Amino acid sequence: MSDAKQSAVAVSGVTKVFNPGKPNEVHALTDIDLSIDEGSFVSLIGPSGCGKSTLLRLIGALTHPTHGSVWVNDKSADEARLDRDYGMAFQTSGLFKWRTITENIELPLQLMGWSKSERKERAAEMLDLVKLSEFGDHYPRELSGGMRQRVAIARALSFRPSLLLMDEPFGALDEMTREHMQTELLDIWEKTGKTVVFVTHSIPEAVFLSQRVIVMSPRPGRIASDISIDLGHRLFETREAPLFFEKVTEVREALRFEEGSA
Amino acid sequence: MTTQDETARAIRRHERVAATRRTIRRSVIFAAFLVILAMTYTGYKAVGQSIDDQQTNWPLVGALLPRTDDLTMPPISDIVAEFGQPPQRNSNKPLVAFIAEASLFTLREAALGFFFGMVFGLSIAVVLLRSVWIEKGVTPYLVASQTIPLVAIAPIIVIWGSTSLGWLPFEWTNWMSVALIAAYLTFFPVAMNGIKGLQSADPASMELMRSYAATRRQTLIKLQLPASVPYLFAAFKIAATAAIVGAIVGEISGGVKGGLGRLILDFASRYTTGPSRLYATVIGAAVLGILAVGLVVAAEYVVLARRREEPISL
Repeated sequence: MSDAKQSAVAVSGVTKVFNPGKPNEVHALTDIDLSIDEGSFVSLIGPSGCGKSTLLRLIGALTHPTHGSVWVNDKSADEARLDRDYGMAFQTSGLFKWRTITENIELPLQLMGWSKSERKERAAEMLDLVKLSEFGDHYPRELSGGMRQRVAIARALSFRPSLLLMDEPFGALDEMTREHMQTELLDIWEKTGKTVVFVTHSIPEAVFLSQRVIVMSPRPGRIASDISIDLGHRLFETREAPLFFEKVTEVREALRFEEGSA
Repeated sequence: MTTQDETARAIRRHERVAATRRTIRRSVIFAAFLVILAMTYTGYKAVGQSIDDQQTNWPLVGALLPRTDDLTMPPISDIVAEFGQPPQRNSNKPLVAFIAEASLFTLREAALGFFFGMVFGLSIAVVLLRSVWIEKGVTPYLVASQTIPLVAIAPIIVIWGSTSLGWLPFEWTNWMSVALIAAYLTFFPVAMNGIKGLQSADPASMELMRSYAATRRQTLIKLQLPASVPYLFAAFKIAATAAIVGAIVGEISGGVKGGLGRLILDFASRYTTGPSRLYATVIGAAVLGILAVGLVVAAEYVVLARRREEPISL
């Protein structure tokens, strides 16, 4: 705690068992220790079944650990949830189809009791941030998949949560849109300074976006390696830089090693 | 960006045109089937009559299939003409006026019943949503409630209404009791589809609401109820016909005058002297039912079009 940087997330000794004691018992996570610095961008990567989504959900208090503890901003995860510390974005945008784009972004603000004028102002600001200002009055189904994800991000950030939790938000997008969205997300991250925890199964995506890539291995889910990355300010050319390839290889090797030993 | 705006507008325009085309196509198909139905009726009657004329003993007609004489199957021309005939000797008010008045009376009962049933059914759905245990415990009783014959409970409700509701600030009349009977039939599909609709909210959206620390009530109003709307409209279509049937049966078994039920009862008891009167009245009841469903479909179209959603087909 005396460090210059405070931990935004502190996971210690966390084990998660689904259906304990039953025939379909699953050890999703075993003995996880993870500390995430405030303002950092951290990715969780690993094959399916490695518990990366479960870990994200534990941090977001959508599920609770069987053993161990999760602290967020020096509070329990549940307290952090009640304090509205989390902005979340999933693979499906989860936009309410009966609400316009603006109304969707205003939803959390409405629940939190913001006034109408505050909501309107903030929604406009958010639409501007994700470059969708012209689409406020449209309905979700009139937007492309990438645009919908941008709205989901705008909605997640609208109420100024300190933490952004993302579970494969670009998983359903085509490669071109995906790369574009990654650049946009980094842009937003640099502007807002939020702590981001990002679940993905794409190695280049994790490397391009993150300061830290947490490689996880399955059955039982645990942390296999923790790789630091510093690509500086990312540009189009970054994806063609030797350092980028080096890190991609490093993450890939970390994942392959796990497969071989499993 | 304006191109995208224009594209969205074009999509909406296209959808509107497609919807109009669908309506036209549906009306044409409906009319075509009406003609086919009339032709089948007339054709069957003609075949049956010609066999009768030759005095052959065809085993089907009159035994397994209905007889084709004018008492059992009055000619369509007679039924149509009957609408213009006065059913009572001492007045020249045509039958169609009687049917229209009775339909209005029955529609009022059915509409009130539909409204009661809708409110009650939705309330039940919201209560059932609270826990799996409540849902499991209560659902069998809801199902059981629908197996009780309406003819058994209708008189009870009418008598109870006329004797025990004197404390109300307004006068309780028999047609309101019939509305309650109609409500008894309409709440069920609304409750059943309602719970399904409330549970249809996307799990990701439910988690999102959780992450906003939304209250149960907020989740219900902002997410679960709007998500249930297409399901509710599917239920409303069933409930609309059930309300009409409930009102007619309620009138008959509760002995309530003024509606289609009483008219049907009257004409049925005097069937031998004028079978086409009953046929005409039954057609009137069918038209009322179609009208009721039509109103629901129109409301559904308006609501879902605003939300750019497709209705769940029946």
